[in-house]
Amino acid sequence: MNSYVIGQQLVNGVVLGSIYGLIAVGYTMVYGIIGMINFAHGEIYMISAYLTAITLAVLTTWGVDSVFLALILTLISSIAFTALYGWTVERIAYRPLRRSTRLAPLISAIGMSLVLQNYVRLAQGSRNQGVPSLMEGNLRLVGENPEQFVQVTYVQLVIVLTALISMGILSWTIQKTALGRACRATQQDRVMAELLGVNTDRIISVVFVLGASMAAVAGVLVTVNYGSFDFHVGFVTGIKAFTAAVLGGIGSLPGAMLGGLILGLSESFFAGFVNSDYKDVFAFSILVLVLIFKPSGLLGRPAVEKV
Amino acid sequence: MKAWLKGTMAAAVGVWGLAAVAVQAEEMVRIGVAGPFSGAYAAFGEQQWRGAEAAIVDINRGGGILGKQILLIKGDDACEPKQAMAVANRLVDNDEVQAVVGHFCSSTTMPASEVYDEAGILVMTHGSTNPMVTERGLKTVLRMCGRDDQQGTVGAEFVVKRLGAKRVAVLHDKDTYGQGLADAMKAHLHTLGLTEVMYEGLTRGEKDFNALVTKIKAAKADAVYFGGLHSEAGPLVRQMREQGVDVPLVSGDGIVSEEFVTAAGGGRFVKNVYMTFGADPRKSPEGKALVARFREAGYEPEGYTLYAYAVVQSIAAAMQESGSYNGVELANWLKRHSVETVMGPKSWDAKGDLKVSDYVMYQWDENGKYAEVE
Repeated sequence: MNSYVIGQQLVNGVVLGSIYGLIAVGYTMVYGIIGMINFAHGEIYMISAYLTAITLAVLTTWGVDSVFLALILTLISSIAFTALYGWTVERIAYRPLRRSTRLAPLISAIGMSLVLQNYVRLAQGSRNQGVPSLMEGNLRLVGENPEQFVQVTYVQLVIVLTALISMGILSWTIQKTALGRACRATQQDRVMAELLGVNTDRIISVVFVLGASMAAVAGVLVTVNYGSFDFHVGFVTGIKAFTAAVLGGIGSLPGAMLGGLILGLSESFFAGFVNSDYKDVFAFSILVLVLIFKPSGLLGRPAVEKV
Repeated sequence: MKAWLKGTMAAAVGVWGLAAVAVQAEEMVRIGVAGPFSGAYAAFGEQQWRGAEAAIVDINRGGGILGKQILLIKGDDACEPKQAMAVANRLVDNDEVQAVVGHFCSSTTMPASEVYDEAGILVMTHGSTNPMVTERGLKTVLRMCGRDDQQGTVGAEFVVKRLGAKRVAVLHDKDTYGQGLADAMKAHLHTLGLTEVMYEGLTRGEKDFNALVTKIKAAKADAVYFGGLHSEAGPLVRQMREQGVDVPLVSGDGIVSEEFVTAAGGGRFVKNVYMTFGADPRKSPEGKALVARFREAGYEPEGYTLYAYAVVQSIAAAMQESGSYNGVELANWLKRHSVETVMGPKSWDAKGDLKVSDYVMYQWDENGKYAEVE
């Protein structure tokens, strides 16, 4: 086995893992704060892919030809619209069920996922959609033999960097700002936070918006990387990202990133060196093992009885 | 509600329902069109519907079948086996169709055709190429296309003899059609004395095949064969090119759609991609007028459009000539007679396969168009 193949699979895994991690953040934050799985989150990511294509098309007609500018504008517009979707979904499908059984919002989330998927299908058609590639070229680490190289495309670099930066901004927001403090307080004890003057309904909305923004970033990056998408892309990726969140410890932000990386790397290495037929079987077996031996996930804290 | 009122209402509804069914059944020949009209493979469904619809319009204008007009009934299976079963049962029980055009995906045609066979309804698929479709001994199942073992043979011959490949990687999408095609390819590679360097499946619905591409590269494959559909073939070929794997990609009729180019992210990624598909029906002299009419209406009758048209023609011819709607009788008539279609004369063997299949190799170019390999 050659070192360059291992290096290349490492690159593949890290890129894939960054994307899973970005989407996993949305699952983990929502779970952390209201204890429900937002199964419509994968659809938010899919909507972001469509928004990317639409924004890029608009920018082209406006004659924007700087790739950097186009990327930044696309990120801004996609985050703005996707955040609006996140907020609306919470408002329509989850807030009215806030005081019902735990099962109701879960079912509502699955319903929302189907609604969004079919709404996009009807509005945009079920065909594959594509965007032109924005950035060409790559960095190559060439070994002794020019045939053997580890390659990182510029798009892949942008993906990993953007993922790191967005995660940084998010962690800073949660740890250092007043808004973040309110989020953490709500997560710890919603009733107590409310008694102390935190508008918890608003905080929950904010969490949905933040989660959706991360999914928006992932949607833009993936679309620019793979160049094509359809109304169905949210499903598989959503399930994988959800798995990453559980693997890392649902409720924990660094856990989501770690879970994403582990999932991405294990898929890449298993597909690359063993057999891609069974890569999902392998990835999900890891999940089962982790849950058996550490039910709260890798970085998750066991639930403490509040007194 | 009082009992007498309930009874009266039930009777009224019953009579009204019966009357409606009776009138429609008498007036029209009902033909089901079942295929992927939604979902990731809806592009193929559109080809099918366009073709079938055009055929119905023409036949109805010419007086219909046995003096009756034809009515098409759409059934959307989204290329999913369980939905196909629901569609098949609905077409048989509620819509009472007399014949079915479809389905498209082999994985849906196989379970659904058992429902039609049990009900004694003729089903002719325009695009399901898995050998098992006709190998199961069902009496009312025929097809208008070739078989994957023929397709795989043509593919293997091309890869070995024309491309001169020595190290072939065989990939598939783990689906009935895709894996069946890859298996056929693999089997014929072996008879040509070549063993594949890789044989693996990817997952439908995913977009990231980079790990697999790195593996292809490490295996030093000089040609890649993919059994599957355009939505996975597109990202696969793009990621191959991006990782510097510039070897030819060969596939089957699952990528014969302009959507393959969209899924690959542009024409320049599909250069050096080959596929097997029946000799272009758009070039057959019988279909010339029809193709011109489609183009006039702003629709390019690519892929399976004319196949679906020919299926309706064959069903209509069988009903007209045998004077029956019984599936077994219709199938037997078709197996003994030849039908003039827009794709030329077609005839079937005892299994329901075409007697002559005409797979040829096509090549995609950097403008995102395909043309027959000379």
